[in-house]
Amino acid sequence: MSETANLAGERPVLDPALAPPFPQAALPVLRNPQLRKNVTHAIDVIQGKRARLVAEKDDWQALRAAGAAMKDHVLENLGAYLEEFEAKCTAAGGQVHWAADAGEARAIILDILRAEQAREVIKIKTMTSAEIQLNPFLEAAGVGVFETDLAEIILQLGEGEPSHIVVPALHVNRSQVREIFARKMGLPELSDDPKALTAAARSYLRRKFLTIPTAIGGANFLIAETGGVAVVESEGNGRMCLTLPRTLITLAGIEKVLPRFADLEVMLQVLARSATGERMNPYTSLWTGVKAGDGPERFHVVLLDNGRSRILARHTERQTLRCIRCAACMNACPVYRQTGGHAYGSVYPGPIGAILTPQLEEMRHAQSLPYASSLCGACYEVCPVKINIPEVLLELRAQVVDQERKQAGRIFDPMYIGLRIANVIFARAWLFHLAQRLGRMGLGLFTRKDGWIHALPSVGAEWTQTRDLRGLPKQTFHEWWAARQKEAR
Amino acid sequence: MRASIFITCYNDTLYPETGRAVVRLLERLGVEPEFNPGQTCCGQMHANTGFRGEAFAQARRLVRLYGDAEAVVIPSSSCVAMMRDQYPGLFEELGTAGLRSEFAALLPRVYELSEFLVDRLGVEDVGAYFPHRVTYHASCHGLRSLHLGDRPLRLLGKVRGLELAPLQNMDRCCGFGGTFSVKNGEVSSAMLAAKLQDVTATAAEYCTGVDNSCLMHLGGAMHRQFAGMKTIHLAEILASTEREQAEGTR
Repeated sequence: MSETANLAGERPVLDPALAPPFPQAALPVLRNPQLRKNVTHAIDVIQGKRARLVAEKDDWQALRAAGAAMKDHVLENLGAYLEEFEAKCTAAGGQVHWAADAGEARAIILDILRAEQAREVIKIKTMTSAEIQLNPFLEAAGVGVFETDLAEIILQLGEGEPSHIVVPALHVNRSQVREIFARKMGLPELSDDPKALTAAARSYLRRKFLTIPTAIGGANFLIAETGGVAVVESEGNGRMCLTLPRTLITLAGIEKVLPRFADLEVMLQVLARSATGERMNPYTSLWTGVKAGDGPERFHVVLLDNGRSRILARHTERQTLRCIRCAACMNACPVYRQTGGHAYGSVYPGPIGAILTPQLEEMRHAQSLPYASSLCGACYEVCPVKINIPEVLLELRAQVVDQERKQAGRIFDPMYIGLRIANVIFARAWLFHLAQRLGRMGLGLFTRKDGWIHALPSVGAEWTQTRDLRGLPKQTFHEWWAARQKEAR
Repeated sequence: MRASIFITCYNDTLYPETGRAVVRLLERLGVEPEFNPGQTCCGQMHANTGFRGEAFAQARRLVRLYGDAEAVVIPSSSCVAMMRDQYPGLFEELGTAGLRSEFAALLPRVYELSEFLVDRLGVEDVGAYFPHRVTYHASCHGLRSLHLGDRPLRLLGKVRGLELAPLQNMDRCCGFGGTFSVKNGEVSSAMLAAKLQDVTATAAEYCTGVDNSCLMHLGGAMHRQFAGMKTIHLAEILASTEREQAEGTR
């Protein structure tokens, strides 16, 4: 297999139940300079565009506040707005299905496809379909699945995995794309000129658009007031999927609903600027139910819960559901910048993934993700709906510790031992001062003549792998202060 | 006026020179420093690792210790951020109404060092002399939680002899993150390497900041890599004069 067929060496695992913990999952990327270069280059381009377009909005902070307030209002009245959406969508000729979890959603979609006798489907890039692992399920059921988003095509043909929620093939560079297309489309002479590559993708896609009458997509927004659905995209391939097929299935998380059509005013502004650094995204498709002679004849909406109700019920974590999937947080994240998306072991990478994935897994998997952050706060600063990601990370860390405390093996975990001892020590100043003296003696054994520690055992080795540590000074501050007070008297 | 110094657990243990500099600086500015020897830790390490009950116990202890202080000065942005951002939630969840009101009364009197100088004392020129090329690393908590803005840079700008070298990507984290640096050692190291590239590109003699935890991280890598640059806390630069140079430069 060629190097590019498997873009990060081993094919990364994006199933939280099976993925290795974040620190281990990050290693293949940290050791792959080409991949890291692709990631940082792509992020710098997007971030630069976003920064310019946010700076030109005088009312950016007001827009963020409005976006957050709008989403909070929806979340407080979610049941009512979803029922309103169902009624309006049904009245307009759509059919609404409710899926409690991923399994139900997959079964509903397969039932629809069976009723349609569909052997193939075309797809609009859809995070929720990745969340429920729809593609492998449909393939196993004998349905051919064809992605139509350019980046998703690259990943599907290249047998790669998405590493970003807006630009899923961000970790793949142009020459790698050329190699994949040349091999999979049978175009050995293909150049890596962007025009040639998009032309190749277009001719590949046109055949799919013209021959496959069934499409599956997602929703950026559901409008309760009208029963309408909105999808925003950059390429127009989504628009093809929404207009050409006979049957359209929309899979949407229940948190996607907005009360009124007019609410798009705020949402479309903050989304486009945050996601792609554009004043407005190139294609905004809005439709309501079905209309004879115009677009799909049959329209289904599958409303997906899959853990969202549980998040909704929790005080601090509820804000996670404000997310409009713009990816500004991952573009701003210094951790993501180094690791890319695959390390997160989920289709939702970056800071939002670090809080969303463990919650969608009901804290049964992905316990390393809340720790995959230095808590620098860059994510919160850029979030267009003001999700306080560091606050949620800390809440989830507390839940992980509560779980782990009950596990017998933790008694021997050096981190747990250290933190427990530290807590006893910090409760009494005399004990803290004794510990400082003992620590000075203990670390003295590792301190070299230059006054620095170059290597430590156990947890300390994690520090000394790349940094030295200055040896403990002979006198603490409080000892100095006490001596000074004595002198003054 | 009198200011009670909360030196923080790691400054007390690892960086006493920062505390000594705060004392000298405050005295020079006519502020009488106090030090409560009962102080230990603000609870940040436990809170950030998920040990909420332990963090609460330490937080409660700190609030009780400083109830009578005229002002509390802390030369560590992340410890101040811990108090402002996390104490309210901890006290809401685990504390009593009495503790919450004690804390509410204390909080307006808690200052990070540069806040205390610029906002409370209203000085920018503290009469310091530090004849070196210096770059400033903006710690994340100072930048995004305390919104220190250019306060540290304004203070540095008034230091005689000091040549300020601008740092590219100043708002990017150095990768320390407390226990993150050991729980995610490799990722943290990769972040550190990226940061160090920007820091060394300034060709400064010193990299300063308002938080010794970030400086310990950067300084540890500088020492490992023979970078020819040292870290120094802002307090030490501001305490430095012609007659008494900063300890770190000797």
